[in-house]
Amino acid sequence: MAYSDKVVDHFNNPRNMGSFKKGEEGVGTGMVGAPECGDVMKLQIKVQNDTIVDAKFKTFGCGSAIASSSLATEWLKGKTIDEAQKIKNTDIVQELNLPPVKIHCSVLAEDAIKAALADYQKKADEQPADTK
Amino acid sequence: MKLPIFLDNHSTTPMDPRVLEAMLPYFVEKFGNAASRNHAFGWAAEEAVEQARKQIAKLVKADSKEIVFTSGATESDNLALKGVLEMYREKGTHIITSSTEHRAVLDTAKSLEAKGLATVTYLPVDKFGMVNPQDVQNAITDKTILISIMLANNEIGTINPVQEIGKIAKAKGVLFHCDATQGVGKIPVDVQGMGIDLMSFSAHKLYGPKGVGALYVRKRNPRVRIAAQMDGGGHERGMRSGTLPVPLIVGFGKACDLCEQEMATEAARLAKMRDHLQTDIMAALEESYLNGHPTNRLPGNLNISFAYVEGESLLMGMKDIALSSGSACTSATLEPSYVLRALGVGTELAHSSIRFGLGRFNSDEEIDYTIKKVIEVVTKLREMSPLYEMAKEGVDLKSVQWAAH
Repeated sequence: MAYSDKVVDHFNNPRNMGSFKKGEEGVGTGMVGAPECGDVMKLQIKVQNDTIVDAKFKTFGCGSAIASSSLATEWLKGKTIDEAQKIKNTDIVQELNLPPVKIHCSVLAEDAIKAALADYQKKADEQPADTK
Repeated sequence: MKLPIFLDNHSTTPMDPRVLEAMLPYFVEKFGNAASRNHAFGWAAEEAVEQARKQIAKLVKADSKEIVFTSGATESDNLALKGVLEMYREKGTHIITSSTEHRAVLDTAKSLEAKGLATVTYLPVDKFGMVNPQDVQNAITDKTILISIMLANNEIGTINPVQEIGKIAKAKGVLFHCDATQGVGKIPVDVQGMGIDLMSFSAHKLYGPKGVGALYVRKRNPRVRIAAQMDGGGHERGMRSGTLPVPLIVGFGKACDLCEQEMATEAARLAKMRDHLQTDIMAALEESYLNGHPTNRLPGNLNISFAYVEGESLLMGMKDIALSSGSACTSATLEPSYVLRALGVGTELAHSSIRFGLGRFNSDEEIDYTIKKVIEVVTKLREMSPLYEMAKEGVDLKSVQWAAH
């Protein structure tokens, strides 16, 4: 199976690969997938004033999984929380030209975005009101 | 050195130019049908076929009359299992095979089972991928008519104790079929010494052309009979009808002849290159695990799992080297290699496996390049892997509640 040029580009030049420092403020982390399934994605967002100012990923998985998460971090940067919620796996499929057997990679990326947003929200809710 | 490098010699092998040369006259000039008994065109073709049959038989220590030409090892496996079962149905319908056989054997067995024509025992293998002859012995019942165990595995290269299994089969009066596709031409094969009654193999795995294979069918002690699975002109002593592909057969013969002459030196050279590849990679990369038997394996085979990185992404990172992975992402199903699973390799490590298949035309330079590239790509992908990060932080990955999808 040949990969699309965009998948190859993200694989060779992953955007925003890495992790935020432990305990960094305003960070939400989503970790989805399982090693037995062959994909695990860790996606992190850093939020200031309801806007995602930075995003990072680490992925164990095939080239399409790596590309999907790399693309997701690119898209997340600069978006508000509400806008980020609207990213759909089908957008990723379209942008990366993923074949049917790789659609699960895009689903995983959407799950990772949702998980990171939920984690951020949970942490924000737990904080005392005056520090929000 | 030319890129890409072909290190997938278990899937197929490049044809030896000497084989092509031998084949060429049989396309345009000597195009006759080997079954035409009445003219020079037919005689020339028949002579070439019989010459090739001798070359092929010699490599596996068979009699040339015991070689039945087929389209390849898949057909040979099908013909052996279905042909024996149909012929000896009255005597019994039980087949013994193993869980790491090639799909051509496993799926044939399953199809016979599904049609209610056979009962099948799938023997487990040990952690190196070897069948225990004692298990074979124990599985035999008075209904057993066939044992089908492969010589060497296509993924992990492990060589089975075929000779011992042959002895057991003989003592119990059960026929023994061996899928020797990966072994013939790579390691010595002797159908007499190994007690093999039927044996499948194929030309394109030993530097011959694609589209031709053989089924060895023992002629005496015992005389094995199989029911033809294809009706027609009654070629190949009635066992396999169809006009013989003369150029392919000539190539198959030449390829076997070359293997016979060069196997010993070639095997030693490949084993040395393989050991170099294995030693250097495993010394440089922590948590890399050898799959298969450490010593009792095909000389050109190496199968390693690299913890925390996924096989398909590894292949993608090394796209100028042709390799194969047991990762599920390379197959239509989402299950990783059933062979590695049968060895007890964990699913995550099965996803992380790479098979290196060295062959006649690989050079030391290519191996050095591969070593460098593997180390570079595994290191890069581990940097990218959340699992590696967690492991480095001391998280026990087995204790994590994964959100499986």
